[in-house]
Amino acid sequence: MLTLLGVATVVVGFAVRLNPLLVVTIAAFVTGLAAGLTPVEVLEAFGKAFNENRFVTAAYLVLPVIGVVERAGLQERARSLIGRFKGVSVGPFLIGYLAFRQLTSALGLTSIAGHAQSVRPMVAPMAEGAVEARTGELSDQTRQDTRAMASATDNIGLFFGEDIFIAIGSILLMVGFLATSGIAIEPLHLSMWAIPTALAAFVLHAGRLLLFDRKLRRSAGA
Amino acid sequence: MIKLSAVYALSGLVFAAFAVLSAMDANNRKRFGNAAFWGLVAVSYLAGDRLGDLGNGVLVLGLAAVAGFGLLGRGQPATTSPEERKALAERFGEKLFIPALTLPVVVAFGVLVLKPLEFGGAHLLDPKQATPLSLALAAVIAVGVALILLRQPLISPLQEGRRLMDTVGWAALLPQMLAALGAIFALAGVGQVIGDLVTTWIPMDARLTAVAVYCLGMAGFTIIMGNAFAAFPVMTAGIGLPILIHKFGGDPAVVASIGMLSGFCGTLMTPLAANFNLVPAALLELPDRYAVIKKQIPTALPLLIVNVVLMYVLAFR
Repeated sequence: MLTLLGVATVVVGFAVRLNPLLVVTIAAFVTGLAAGLTPVEVLEAFGKAFNENRFVTAAYLVLPVIGVVERAGLQERARSLIGRFKGVSVGPFLIGYLAFRQLTSALGLTSIAGHAQSVRPMVAPMAEGAVEARTGELSDQTRQDTRAMASATDNIGLFFGEDIFIAIGSILLMVGFLATSGIAIEPLHLSMWAIPTALAAFVLHAGRLLLFDRKLRRSAGA
Repeated sequence: MIKLSAVYALSGLVFAAFAVLSAMDANNRKRFGNAAFWGLVAVSYLAGDRLGDLGNGVLVLGLAAVAGFGLLGRGQPATTSPEERKALAERFGEKLFIPALTLPVVVAFGVLVLKPLEFGGAHLLDPKQATPLSLALAAVIAVGVALILLRQPLISPLQEGRRLMDTVGWAALLPQMLAALGAIFALAGVGQVIGDLVTTWIPMDARLTAVAVYCLGMAGFTIIMGNAFAAFPVMTAGIGLPILIHKFGGDPAVVASIGMLSGFCGTLMTPLAANFNLVPAALLELPDRYAVIKKQIPTALPLLIVNVVLMYVLAFR
């Protein structure tokens, strides 16, 4: 039971908005010590796992090129480009991105888009531009809401598309786990049963995007 | 065969450049904090395998200390003004999209074409690491395309990359730190304790209750651990297998698949899934760290209920 103190440390630390790197480090020590490890053993285990997970941070290699195109005006271009298509409103635009993200993830192409490489330089400015074209200059709150919605749409498209692909990590994990429990299962069966939830996610989030769109237009009209 | 170590070497050099440029940035009051932080990341990439476990542990403490004591500032590399950007956007037009779209094209090429490629039985790319390798390759090619097409200064990829890196700041390292914390949790058996708690205290005699406990448990456990992969073995060993599959005869493929997706609903709602939820808020310069999560909850909660219904209907046909 004492080992749960580490979980409590994380919850409290995040809730009071301490620096998360510090919170995570403290939680590692609390958990490890509660489990009977010495401080040096905790530090070794923590360092080893950190080193083994370096691939997570390597994704920032895309930042240099994104920075260069931003320096040359990509965000501004993305914003004005969408304004020229007067018919495109923010709701349908983000629904289109949601569908693109779900479909490409279902084909295993999870890394062709993302927050650093597509949402910040293109999708968010285009979403802002689509709102701007209809309602004029955005308030800070509307701008932040639109950006956050663009990021949320990327995540939802990714999560509820990738499991339809048979060679993605989560499918392999399930196949492996069930195999050790004596249940042989084809990856294809697992990915097939991800489709109903994927459709539900699309319908739910698309509906929310339309409501979001309508709310922005109402508040601009008022 | 090209392996992940190539990506690490490249990452190490890029972070080392960020560190050096940070140290020379007189406009940043905390420039040495930034230099130390990105410098430690560079050391991790270039020498992590030679530092030993304790050395890596000390390195992580260093990162946490720099971030935790507020020593990290935001670099101010010379860049174009908003007015200049508007003018450049007019001049370059749709050409500006080409470098950014080079990324997905090269990644897709790497995953679909280069990954299966073999020469005399040896793979060109390590098949297990094809995605990160393709992404790194795409990043390098796209920089080249951008420099040639847009005629930007040669130093600009590093300076502009540093500007964005400082925008993300400490949040950039949080996903990796959380992955390491996950390893400590596993070592201490945290998952087992929580799984036992759930299965001991909640009666699951009715099929619907058991389905609901499994799905909500996957989501709740993912919120606590930040990762559906950590929740899946615990909840499935505790509830999915013994109760849903063995006792009630549920279809294992449906139970596992929709169970995992219930966990993904939890991922949308937790700050511990930092790379999806907190890093974007930093990248988009949102003042509220939790702004993205708040936009996801109204989709995630109803979807979780849909999952319970879907599993109840589909697993026991």
